[in-house]
Amino acid sequence: MSDKGYLLTEADLLPLSIGAALLGTGGGGNPYVGMLRTRELLRQGASVRVLPLDALPDDAWVAEVGGIGAPVVGVEKFEEGAECYRAMRAIEEAAGVKVSATISGEIGGSNAMEPVITAAQAGLPIIDGDGMGRAFPEVQMSTFMIYGAKASPSAIADEKGNVVVFKEVIDMYWLETFARGVAVNMGAAAGFAIAPMRMDFIRRTAVPGTVTQALSIGHTVLDARAKRRNVVDQVCATTGAKVFFTGKIVDVRRELIGGFARGRAIIAGVGEWTGSEAQIAIQNENLVLWVDGVPKVMVPDLIINLELDTGEPITTEILHYGQRVAVIGLPAHDLMKTPQALKVVGPKAFGYPELTYAPLAAA
Amino acid sequence: MIRIGIDVGGTNTDAVVMEGTKVIAGVKAATSSDVMSGVVAALRKVLEASRLPPSAVDVVMIGTTHFTNAVVQRRDLAQTAAVRLGLPATASLPPMVDWPEDLRDTIGNHGYLAHGGNEFDGRIISPLDEDELLGIAADIKAKGINTIAITSVFSPVSGEFEQRAGEIFAKAIPGVHITLSSEIGRIGLLERENAAIMNACLRDLSATVIDAFRRAIAEAGIRGKFFLTQNDGTLMEAEFAKRFPVLTFASGPTNSMRGAAFLSGVAEAIVVDIGGTTTDVGSLHLGFPRQASVAVEVGGVRTNFRMPDVFSIGLGGGSLVVESERGIKVGPQSVGYRLITEALVFGGTQLTTTDIVVAGGRADLGDKAKVAHLSPDLVARTQATIMKMLEDCVERSRLSPEPLPVIVVGGGSILVDGPIAHLTVLKPEHFAVANAVGAAIAQVSGEVDRVYSLAEMGRDAALNDAKEKAVEAAVAAGARRDSIEIVDVEDVPLAYLPGNATRVRVKAVGELHVR
Repeated sequence: MSDKGYLLTEADLLPLSIGAALLGTGGGGNPYVGMLRTRELLRQGASVRVLPLDALPDDAWVAEVGGIGAPVVGVEKFEEGAECYRAMRAIEEAAGVKVSATISGEIGGSNAMEPVITAAQAGLPIIDGDGMGRAFPEVQMSTFMIYGAKASPSAIADEKGNVVVFKEVIDMYWLETFARGVAVNMGAAAGFAIAPMRMDFIRRTAVPGTVTQALSIGHTVLDARAKRRNVVDQVCATTGAKVFFTGKIVDVRRELIGGFARGRAIIAGVGEWTGSEAQIAIQNENLVLWVDGVPKVMVPDLIINLELDTGEPITTEILHYGQRVAVIGLPAHDLMKTPQALKVVGPKAFGYPELTYAPLAAA
Repeated sequence: MIRIGIDVGGTNTDAVVMEGTKVIAGVKAATSSDVMSGVVAALRKVLEASRLPPSAVDVVMIGTTHFTNAVVQRRDLAQTAAVRLGLPATASLPPMVDWPEDLRDTIGNHGYLAHGGNEFDGRIISPLDEDELLGIAADIKAKGINTIAITSVFSPVSGEFEQRAGEIFAKAIPGVHITLSSEIGRIGLLERENAAIMNACLRDLSATVIDAFRRAIAEAGIRGKFFLTQNDGTLMEAEFAKRFPVLTFASGPTNSMRGAAFLSGVAEAIVVDIGGTTTDVGSLHLGFPRQASVAVEVGGVRTNFRMPDVFSIGLGGGSLVVESERGIKVGPQSVGYRLITEALVFGGTQLTTTDIVVAGGRADLGDKAKVAHLSPDLVARTQATIMKMLEDCVERSRLSPEPLPVIVVGGGSILVDGPIAHLTVLKPEHFAVANAVGAAIAQVSGEVDRVYSLAEMGRDAALNDAKEKAVEAAVAAGARRDSIEIVDVEDVPLAYLPGNATRVRVKAVGELHVR
């Protein structure tokens, strides 16, 4: 195995989960259970190396694994433990390859942890990168899928021992439809492995360095808290994010459309923004930020609500009246902003035909 | 009806006698290490002040931090078995996996995983295996453990497996204490299981403490019924409290907020409870504290209790005031209960917030001459600092743009003079014993938290079903049916689930039915 990269330690897990929650942009599920599961595996002697994108040869195979289901089910019926592992073994068998590493499809939220867990169980490394650099609600919204990864053979496994292999699936939208349906039948919490990808493809299409980025964000948050520094400022300094609004939530409207929690948060400005009003469109994650009616940040760029005093990321599920928030914007990776990508993850793809994506400049 | 409310805190045991809605007497006594003698002393003192015979008392309500403190200090906790039903699901994390090691060791780390559990929609994960449970029972019995917490996956949706497993254990181990997670917590397996285990490990202690309360009340000559207050500001009968000691957690801040609402006659407000060392700030809705939406830790253990959403800062009547080049610093250090000997106005050597208030001429306590040397500038700037601290807390707790009043209670209330954050300040009579008043006026509640498929029954039908179940739960807990009101309804659509699955929480509250 390559000696590039670094080994994850138990001390990395809390910062990794904090960074992952922050990159979840309001969604992605809570990494707490995944963090505990990883900790248990490391305590039992497993070790996981984080490999940079240049470590493995072109013809090595990599598996994208993650949980699929509903976040609320994940905190009640959590994993037997080897769901993703069984799904990964199933795609190896179906594709006739052995994988050399796992990778996260979605660094934001609970799926930052799942590939680490599978890697620990299989004795494999994980790749330092992911398919989003954030969280998005559907399978097809990863750079892998956008840039032509095969949708099959993919597999989904439950805690009971059922493994369903999708032998031939014509595209990523069908994969999302089938996988979502099977996941619900499995009790809305299952392990998912998507068709193995070659390392040369991963090198071209993965958002690079996001495991390290999440770790670094988490360390920044913990360090700022310990030294009683302003967490929001420190996070911005570390990541290149910028504060776009600071205020108090005065209304949260929610509705459920097609299984997705959509809504809008209205924020009244404080400090520098006194007298202004911001709105954030939500669909599991934060999608668009308007300040006084002018769109300021939109998908695929990252919109993150941090609790003003503690810097704690606020998920869209717990957004409520009276919370004081700093809304920060972080540019998405260039791979997320090509015309091809914007068709899948741009504002129009999320139902805002009137918006034309305007990229957020790096701070 | 004559009621006595008692709040047993870490430092003081406060007691009030109330007739109907009138406070007849209120006293403070020192909390004793054996708890009982402090309660006896407070009862004697308050009866004396009220000039009523003990026989006139119909009912006694007690709020206590005893069980919280037992967990925090890791004392008097029983060896406990934690049985989870859900295999093969949840095998990756055994019970108590996220507990502080010392607490887990104290109660023995006896975790068992067994088959059972439900899916979110009520389907079965795996059937209950009686032989498996009998094997676990034999092991528990052999270890001499007499208290078991049972937690089944999605038991808030279907509690049947927990009940059946409880029956099996009760039969196999005569006299064993059984705690079912579905009777305590809500969705969120680890947190609900943690609460159930904490409850189970307190069952021996709760029997002792509640018997001690009963004896203290009898010793004072009172023959009325007695109740304990829960963290949501409602009552449970003493026998029920023996079974559910964990429900007393955080009842202290709840009682003072409820007392504040009652004494001021205001149901929608921000409550600022200023003690000697800390200030707790929370908001009232319909006369009840608003509850926290995130996981709350008790003694280092994550729970999802119905806890009041209270924000605390280190500001109180005994907080130290320090001036340096960087400005004025108030708290978090405090002289606490030593205020009456260590503050300047009481002949001590420490400059406290109380001294500043006396120097500013806003209170008359101790010897005013001892603070005459303080510069008016220092006094003015310290008062501004205190107001700024209070303003920040109040702003944080404000949950609506309406100009709600701020109710100030607690022994340190003299720190406040005039509006906070442009909001009207109310200082009701008997503000110093608001917590005991909160205990005395506590009502009875029932709560439901479950997932409904709105595609099957529609939102109105789901809400009605939840409301009916909440009312029945309140009646079962001792409420008078005709007095029950629904005080809280919350429905949250669940992402990714089919059939518009929605999580509904309903709470019903009614007056205590005194037989």
